[in-house]
Amino acid sequence: MDVTKIRKDFPVLNRKVNGRPLIYFDNAATSQTPTQVINTIVDYYENYNANIHRGVHALSQEATNAYEGARQKIQHHFNAAQPYEVIFTSGTTHSINIVSNGYGELLNQGDELIVSALEHHSNIVPWQMLCEKTGALLKVIPMNEDGVLLMDAYDDLLSERTKLVFVNHVSNALGTINPIEEIINKAHEVGAEVLIDGAQASPHIKADLQSINVDYYVTSAHKICGPTGIGILYGKENSLKRLPPFQGGGEMIAEVTFEKTTYAGLPHKFEAGTPNIAGGIAFGAALDYLNSIGMEKIAEYEQELLIYGTAALKKIPGLKVYGEALNKTAVISFNVQGIHPYDIGSILDKLGIAVRTGHHCAQPIMDFYRIPGTVRASFSFYNTFEEIDTMVKAVEKAVQMLK
Amino acid sequence: MNKINAVQEEIVEEFSLFDDWMQRYEYMIELGKSLPLIDPEYKTEENIIKGCQSKVWIHADLEGDKLVFTADSDAIITKGIIAVLIRVFSNQHPDAILGADTSFIDKIGLKEHLSPTRANGLVSMIKQLKMYAIAFKTQLN
Repeated sequence: MDVTKIRKDFPVLNRKVNGRPLIYFDNAATSQTPTQVINTIVDYYENYNANIHRGVHALSQEATNAYEGARQKIQHHFNAAQPYEVIFTSGTTHSINIVSNGYGELLNQGDELIVSALEHHSNIVPWQMLCEKTGALLKVIPMNEDGVLLMDAYDDLLSERTKLVFVNHVSNALGTINPIEEIINKAHEVGAEVLIDGAQASPHIKADLQSINVDYYVTSAHKICGPTGIGILYGKENSLKRLPPFQGGGEMIAEVTFEKTTYAGLPHKFEAGTPNIAGGIAFGAALDYLNSIGMEKIAEYEQELLIYGTAALKKIPGLKVYGEALNKTAVISFNVQGIHPYDIGSILDKLGIAVRTGHHCAQPIMDFYRIPGTVRASFSFYNTFEEIDTMVKAVEKAVQMLK
Repeated sequence: MNKINAVQEEIVEEFSLFDDWMQRYEYMIELGKSLPLIDPEYKTEENIIKGCQSKVWIHADLEGDKLVFTADSDAIITKGIIAVLIRVFSNQHPDAILGADTSFIDKIGLKEHLSPTRANGLVSMIKQLKMYAIAFKTQLN
């Protein structure tokens, strides 16, 4: 993998921040966008911007073909059985809300839902709202100090009352890769469905949806070199057919009279209104871009960055890494003893280094470790070992200033 | 010139002595260490100011017809920012606090160098100081 060449695809990496070259280590929040993807968006608006699916004119058909072509690229990338099992959404949070809303009509009082201790708020709050509405109970799979889920405890939580299990593929705060196949298989044994939040996994792992046999898988394009405001809800055909629609409007209907409306088939049933057409097409272009490099190569290189970065940071006295699972993505969450993460983040920013500080929308994890938050450096395949060296020096500088 | 403006000018002058951000931050960290600390009994969950990434508590007492502020934060740079604010707003009459112009923050390169999330925290802190002024003004009348 030629990182020097790859970096040329990302115009933003040339800019300076506070007079220094930008070092972008906030990839778990959003990834940067390569020229190839940006050009796709420009090309759409310059050459064939039109509403899709209904227009008889040439532009509309070109736009429809490109948008549906992107759906098929996503289908093939994640190995879904059918293109209509891929629903375009505004992103992971929207996708989760489609399922949680639909489940409002499928649950009864006393039914149980299982979540993990490692979740992002977006995979907690919609389900809490669902529980309040339906009287269902939310159970939590606990984790250990390393940020690894306790699978024995999961076994104990499962029963015939369990209706749905929702766990992230990778933790955004710690980078832990969860054993989702085991989670899915065990849930299926008791007749429950499983939703996997793949937002943090998609940049590093190509999930094979048919092979892992998951019922719902959700992710966002902006984590994988695509634009913001577009994501997917994958669902097995039968699961999506059973799930009531979320939003009403155009596109999602078969027939409308004032007496009764019948809904359209998949995927349109869940795609009310004019979608983010340019976003959908660019999502496809982002997958093309990643696949032109190769997901395995990307994962391999990012693991090298993770190992290198972890070792280098740990040499700083008083520095503690949170999340030491054996299987993790290139995310390093850390604190230095006696220093608030916000202070370190502020100094790093002055030195041109973008990291995330705070609770990372995963307060239960911070509560578990009894910390206000962490500094999180998350790497992508366009980052370099030299950038990590610069960050380590910057952290040392910050510690010197703040102690 | 009223007293608040005088203190603000004094601070602007102090910060103008520094050539770069690092010196300014180091000075702010120093100022944070001299922050008049809030009584632990007021460091409650309800008193935490919303909109800050770090925890910030501010308390006000009335001494004569003037407000005296104490505060704390779990982050040291934030503590420095509050120390600057308190130096301006403490020992002032509520009317002076409410009428105070806060453009000095731009002049010392604080706001322009802080990201929107952090700048929001700064705005929330000033709002809280002014809220205290409103509350005590009613009491004085």
